[in-house]
Amino acid sequence: MAAPRVIVVGAGPAGTRAAELLAAAGLRPTVVDEGRASGGQIYRRQPPGFRRDARTLYGTEAGRATALHATFDGLGPAIEYLPETLAWNIHGGALYVQREERARRLPFDALLIATGATDRMIPLPGWTLPGAFSLGAAQIALKAQACAIGSRVVFLGTGPLLYLVASQYVKAGAQVAAVLDTAPPGARWKGLPLMAARPALLAKGAVLIAQLMRAGVTMRRGVVPRRVLADAAGTRVAGVAIATPDGGEEVIACDAVGMGWHLRAESQLADLAGCAFDFDADSRQWLPRADEDGRASAPGIYLAGDSARILGADGAEIAGRLAALAVLKDLGLPAPPGQDVAALRRQRQVMDRFRRGLALAFPWPAGLVASLPDETLVCRCEAITAGALRQSATELDAPEMNRAKAFSRTGMGRCQGRFCGIAGAEIVAAARGVPVEVAGRLRGQAPVKPLPVAALADDASTLEST
Amino acid sequence: MADAGSRIMTTPPAATAPLLRRLGETHRAPVAFTIDGQPATALEGDTLLTALLLNAGALRQSEFGDGPRAGFCLMGACQDCWVWTEDGGRLRACGTPVQPSLRIVTREAPWPPLG
Amino acid sequence: MSENRADVLILGGGLMGAATAFFLRQRGLSVILLERRLVGQQASGINFGNVRRQGRFLPQLPLANRSRAIWGRLPELLGEDVEFLPSGHLRVAYTPEAVATMESYRDGARPYGLDLELLSGNAVRARFPWLSPEVMAGSYSPHDGHANPRLAAPAFARAARRAGARIEEEAEVLTIEHESGGYRLNTADGRVWRAPVLQVSAGAWGGRIAARLGEPVPMVVRGPQMGVTEAVPYALLPVLGVTTKEIREVLYLRQVKRGNIVFGGTGHGPAELDAPPHRANPDITLHQFTQLRRMVPALGALRIIRTWSGIEGYMHDEIPVMGPSAKWPGLFYAFGFCGAGFQIGPGVGDVMAELIATGTTTTPIEPFHIGRFT
Ligand SMILES: Cc1cc2nc3c(=O)[nH]c(=O)nc-3n(C[C@H](O)[C@H](O)[C@H](O)COP(=O)(O)OP(=O)(O)OC[C@H]3O[C@@H](n4cnc5c(N)ncnc54)[C@H](O)[C@@H]3O)c2cc1C
Ligand SMILES: Cc1cc2nc3c(=O)[nH]c(=O)nc-3n(C[C@H](O)[C@H](O)[C@H](O)COP(=O)(O)OP(=O)(O)OC[C@H]3O[C@@H](n4cnc5c(N)ncnc54)[C@H](O)[C@@H]3O)c2cc1C
Ligand code: FES
Repeated sequence: MAAPRVIVVGAGPAGTRAAELLAAAGLRPTVVDEGRASGGQIYRRQPPGFRRDARTLYGTEAGRATALHATFDGLGPAIEYLPETLAWNIHGGALYVQREERARRLPFDALLIATGATDRMIPLPGWTLPGAFSLGAAQIALKAQACAIGSRVVFLGTGPLLYLVASQYVKAGAQVAAVLDTAPPGARWKGLPLMAARPALLAKGAVLIAQLMRAGVTMRRGVVPRRVLADAAGTRVAGVAIATPDGGEEVIACDAVGMGWHLRAESQLADLAGCAFDFDADSRQWLPRADEDGRASAPGIYLAGDSARILGADGAEIAGRLAALAVLKDLGLPAPPGQDVAALRRQRQVMDRFRRGLALAFPWPAGLVASLPDETLVCRCEAITAGALRQSATELDAPEMNRAKAFSRTGMGRCQGRFCGIAGAEIVAAARGVPVEVAGRLRGQAPVKPLPVAALADDASTLEST
Repeated sequence: MADAGSRIMTTPPAATAPLLRRLGETHRAPVAFTIDGQPATALEGDTLLTALLLNAGALRQSEFGDGPRAGFCLMGACQDCWVWTEDGGRLRACGTPVQPSLRIVTREAPWPPLG
Repeated sequence: MSENRADVLILGGGLMGAATAFFLRQRGLSVILLERRLVGQQASGINFGNVRRQGRFLPQLPLANRSRAIWGRLPELLGEDVEFLPSGHLRVAYTPEAVATMESYRDGARPYGLDLELLSGNAVRARFPWLSPEVMAGSYSPHDGHANPRLAAPAFARAARRAGARIEEEAEVLTIEHESGGYRLNTADGRVWRAPVLQVSAGAWGGRIAARLGEPVPMVVRGPQMGVTEAVPYALLPVLGVTTKEIREVLYLRQVKRGNIVFGGTGHGPAELDAPPHRANPDITLHQFTQLRRMVPALGALRIIRTWSGIEGYMHDEIPVMGPSAKWPGLFYAFGFCGAGFQIGPGVGDVMAELIATGTTTTPIEPFHIGRFT
């Protein structure tokens, strides 16, 4: 019998650990990743020719980063690695991938999706101005390009990444104008009991905040942002306007803003594979259903890392291992020696408690999103306003997001709703006076990312077989 | 809803002051390329987005007339950073390494390119 | 229960049902439309958006002409814009046989008032310079065009509602019974509906319903395959198509004013009546790329951002079912539009309303009668 064909999408912490374990079990998994190098988001590598050391790049996580990179690089011929390759569709038991002008169909027996996450965004008025970037972008500019997104940067949003990126900017010598957290001051205490599951991480967070304070960075909590302000010519960021308690507005001058409200799972492939999704009330987003090891509801599909649950980098490594073990078990293959599933599951549970604690400590400001002014561009790809989206939900009577998309074009652009979908659902829900889960989620549509018309199918005969 | 006829042509993106600030790693070899026909320099290992935004204040004009855009996510997710080349090619600036041969246009070029 | 009674019940809220409801109200009849999901969510809402007469079965042209006239008046009729753009429609030929087909179609269409302009390869490229050198000839229909399918059927339904029609969404008809004085329908929510007249305009599901009413028809359901590119400057004005007998060569595309290029063709995927529409088949998507580059080489520099499919009913003779039942008084059909119902939708609504209200129609629809299968 031919060896089972196992594909891993994503070469971040989750995908790397999964591939390592599958290779140790004697399989030769195919690893597909869009990036030029493995590492994923947190352990993103700088291009060849850059000289900063791991300590400068990854701080306290330097050891983990180098270990993960070494593991991946050490796999060599034990895996089939397809870098710079986009997984764009799933159909008939095959993954469809594309690299430059070459499109391939890769049939699989098991597909392990470890595609990570992107920043979860609030489309504030002015967020399309040059100088407004996602928090992740601010970090990538620094890590992968040794650049700051501006000369005087405001960080706005909520979640641990907000403080992490701000401190990385301070360390790199960039000027941080302010850290503006939308979480109410008391929220942190609500999250504490659950976050106590990981005391070391909690301590790291406290150290970060202390460092920012020592550096004299302005830090505010309970911030209600109004908009990102433009300069006189309307061509770039000039400040961030926030509400004051008396109903007025305060302007914090800056030339760049990095914004993000925690993360959203990159779950389109799971959707295209036909996996069921559930509404996760803690994080207020729809997530693909998975059992404790990462088995999705669709046969042969496994989920690990941020693309299933945002558990952070360590959690992603554990989830990657668990999902790989589930693949082996379901294929009837023995696990490599020394794998303690029960211990991994326990660790994963600890991380999941922490995740729920984070969601309480850094809540998604649903009310703020619901009340964005009508002129806000919600969908930055298609330049569709909150007003137009509301009109589709009320006057045109769209009961949920997909219908609202059909009427208003919100979420119909190049990014496939990654940056407007979650906020859009809040706006539709509020406009109709229904809970956000009733407003639903944008259904995934292939291609997962833009696909070149120049792409040539490797095997023209596949068409005849359909 | 803006249509082709009503697209706003504001200041060409390339004409505004650079957006990004380089903090280090300046030892790399220079790369010459062009923006709207004007010569520009970047360093080997820069992405096209970095290269453009160290020379200019934006990447492109929104096709729907709402002003200049300069990318958003830098990780290939938002698709805000697609730019045109002089010969009618399209590049996602945040994921493309800058190369000496690149001739980028930040204004909307006639489409389709003929000849 | 008396409030669930009307002059006419319409089963199915696609473009056919919604347009019929609207035109029935214009003729003063009371009407209730029952739609299983939301109006215009099936074929009518996700189709390619071609408002094309060129290439239709010739005896359908009078209906298509009537419909084309309505398309031009829609903003004023409905009080809403459905983005109808009379941009022209161009079919290209790659072979001498296809050129000959075009010529004979042009000659056949002329008596129906559809004037087509045949252009040689060089002439058509002089006018549309982005066409590929492979194009041997083009047949141009200046007054055809395209519209936004996501908006059309819901706009008809809203206008019908404003004019007094009852539009019931999330109302799936489970049973149809004959009773004295007409029809009694039960919906899944337990409600009962009565009318002396029933129109079945249930799209791909129409065949199954007709069979239950004792009038089986030969029909298959399939999923046309669609995609759309990123937005680029508005340049490809006419809707484009290919004249060919080879399904793998069939391609149609149109650029919307905002810039995206919508396309479809080169084959169908499967579709099922009892499941949500399948997604587009990626092998067909990739094959469409070859045909896109073949027709307009510049498209090779673009990217697609979305694909989809839908459910459409195709009759074995490629001719829709439209007109009175052959068996039951007061029963009317309008379904099975064989992948070409969008353009004629408004005309179908107008003609069906005329037929129901007056018992006859000024536009010939005999070729579509369900009796042809018995
Ligand atoms: C921008 C950003 C910055 C972050 N920074 C930190 C940080 O500093 N500290 C921290 O603790 N956590 C950080 N996080 C959280 C971080 O995502 C997790 O800690 C960890 O990286 C998750 O690992 P993963 O393996 O699940 O996914 P990732 O590390 O995100 O890896 C996913 C991989 O999948 C690939 N991929 C995705 N979709 C496709 C596709 N369709 N086809 C092919 N390849 C695909 C991507 O290229 C990527 O390499 C960050 C998250 C983001 C989004
Ligand atoms: C992908 C695609 C592309 C196409 N492209 C074109 C094109 O470019 N040009 C063109 O002219 N045509 C095109 N067509 C064909 C065109 O869309 C259809 O012919 C037309 O929309 C049919 O309209 P309809 O109202 O008959 O059917 P539908 O729009 O399918 O409406 C039927 C309705 O009946 C409802 N229904 C079914 N059963 C029940 C029940 N038991 N109770 C209540 N309601 C019920 C359904 O929910 C549905 O809403 C295309 C079709 C598809 C799928
Ligand atoms: S900046 Fe988001 S895709 Fe390039």
